[in-house]
Amino acid sequence: MPESNAFEPSQSPTSRLPVIGPGHTYASINEKISAIVLFRGTTFGWLVGFGIAFMIFMMMLGSISYLLYKGVGVWGINNRVGWGFDIINFVWWIGIGHAGTLISAILLLLHQKWRTSINRFAEAMTLFAVACAGLFPVLHLGRPWYAYFLFPYPNTMGMYFPQFRSPLEWDVFAVSTYASVSLVFWYVGLIPDLATLRDRARGWFTKTVYGFFSLGWRGSARHWHRYESIYLLLAGLSTPLVLSVHTIVSFDFAVSIIPGWHATFFPPYFVAGAIYAGFAMVLTLAIPVRWVYGLEDFITDKHLENMGLITLVTGNMVGYAYIMELFYGWYSANEYEQFMVHNRVLGPYWALYVALIVCNIIAPQFLWSKRIRRNSWWLFTISMFVSVGMWLERYVIIVVSLHRTFLPSSWGTYAGTFWDWTLYIGTMGFFLTLLFLFIRLLPVISMSEMQMLLPGASGAPEKGAAKP
Amino acid sequence: MAQHFHRSMNTIAKVSIFGAVFIIGFGAWLLLEINRSSNVTNVGIALPQPVQFSHQHHVAGLGIECRYCHTSVEHSAFANVPPISTCMNCHQQIWFGAPMLEPVRASWKSGQALEWNRVHNLGDYVYFNHGVHVQKGIGCVSCHGRVDQMQLIYKDQPHTMEWCLSCHRNPAQHIRPRDQVFNMTWKPEDIGETQASLGARLVREYNIEPARKLTSCSTCHH
Repeated sequence: MPESNAFEPSQSPTSRLPVIGPGHTYASINEKISAIVLFRGTTFGWLVGFGIAFMIFMMMLGSISYLLYKGVGVWGINNRVGWGFDIINFVWWIGIGHAGTLISAILLLLHQKWRTSINRFAEAMTLFAVACAGLFPVLHLGRPWYAYFLFPYPNTMGMYFPQFRSPLEWDVFAVSTYASVSLVFWYVGLIPDLATLRDRARGWFTKTVYGFFSLGWRGSARHWHRYESIYLLLAGLSTPLVLSVHTIVSFDFAVSIIPGWHATFFPPYFVAGAIYAGFAMVLTLAIPVRWVYGLEDFITDKHLENMGLITLVTGNMVGYAYIMELFYGWYSANEYEQFMVHNRVLGPYWALYVALIVCNIIAPQFLWSKRIRRNSWWLFTISMFVSVGMWLERYVIIVVSLHRTFLPSSWGTYAGTFWDWTLYIGTMGFFLTLLFLFIRLLPVISMSEMQMLLPGASGAPEKGAAKP
Repeated sequence: MAQHFHRSMNTIAKVSIFGAVFIIGFGAWLLLEINRSSNVTNVGIALPQPVQFSHQHHVAGLGIECRYCHTSVEHSAFANVPPISTCMNCHQQIWFGAPMLEPVRASWKSGQALEWNRVHNLGDYVYFNHGVHVQKGIGCVSCHGRVDQMQLIYKDQPHTMEWCLSCHRNPAQHIRPRDQVFNMTWKPEDIGETQASLGARLVREYNIEPARKLTSCSTCHH
């Protein structure tokens, strides 16, 4: 038995805190989690939150309508900085999505039991973040109604294949594959829980809806056998996917010739940054959710601590990349690379660079302290810093590299306009709207997997039983 | 507790999954077919014209050669629609009082151009050049069909980019001797050859560029 039993503290330093609160039974887990959906009803707090999120979502639709009516010129982009908030936000959102897959897939492959209570809404977060991210590559096109040209299909133009040498074309496949695989993975995980909701639902309509989506799950041994196989296969499939998707996103920059973009360390650096931003976002969401719905028994301090640790590790990887960026700029002996570094630190956007260092490198250093790692207020504050910092990181990479490149005659500045901001904030409303609907309609924590954490489940030896 | 879903759901579930495959496949096929149908390409559809001009009558009936009216087709990018003066060469004397020709006479008197409706209308981002096709041995029939048999002019070919490229990728399938370009009824068998052998020879003889060049964007879209 490689994993430590959750009910035996002090077996190893990392399992000092339990992954599930004491005294839970199969019934109490079901009771507690399904009640959020079935019996709690639509509360006032939920309604207020959903209402606010929905209004911000409407702002997004408004700014999209204006964008389609007027054109991309309503944004602050110009001839030198052709990519602005549109791509910054795209990379930011897609990065946020990556922690969900990391939690559900990679931690599953690594047999990390603590993933169990956070994987469901981390996966939901992935889906909603990818939905937000997916808007930008389409909307930032001057003529978004021709976006389907990016797909290979037998068209009347006789050009069945798009340019497969462009990383933007790879983005199409990366993001669409990522979205669909994540959806399938999430849905497969939901099936046993939907069956639980079906069985516990009182109303005819509720029973029908959950019954339809649970696809007649009966939980037989044969069902479970195949379920576990497909779940593991999907996890094995998602793991290279999550690494390659953000690698491909980083290729949008690394493949170019722009100083500050053309860097071979971008793929792992972007992936680390994605996991960093993603875990920060999971923390930002998990802390209020567990507080509002009283889920401290399931999302324990151990979870927060582990997430804090991963945030610290990936944060330091990102920090290493910043240092390397400065180093290779100097070491390249290339005047453009050296100027790029100089412009990052001392150029017109120096304040953003300083803010970036504060948010992304200094703020997570507090996570070395166990006291801070286990304090949800501290964690929440730090994860907010990271979310802002990771947005600034993409801003610095994209804008500060573009606004001063090879020719001084092509230098200029860039700033987001009103419509840049409304679309960006609007996508947050879209994200939160989906999240509120998810919390109201689906179990936020996987009940079936939580039950496997109980002693005696999944073949684990009972407490006090003789170990083989 | 009673069964929630009726037994018939077993059948409905299976049929809906099985059927979805076919519905999606059929939908995709339908979309591609519609894009290539005359609903989109206007193939075979005669547009209303100010005068019921019959190519059949003028070409097959009277034996007038294409270049009598479309004078610039050999040397210009644009194959002109003849001016009213061309019509009046004959119709000052022939069928002078015919009611059908009233718009032509009115145009002649007023100097106001007759507004024909364009049947072969490419996007303005396509720079089609008639002259080069005529000079390199592409007959009128290959693109415009048997105009000598059309009472009212209509599109015989879809004139989509896919269609253009099919020839630019393999011009040998349509090329003919230069002196037969305006011949509506010419066949390679007339000179005892097949299109395959003749095409390959003429492509060499007329220095037709390789497909790589003919299908480059700048060939048509500049």
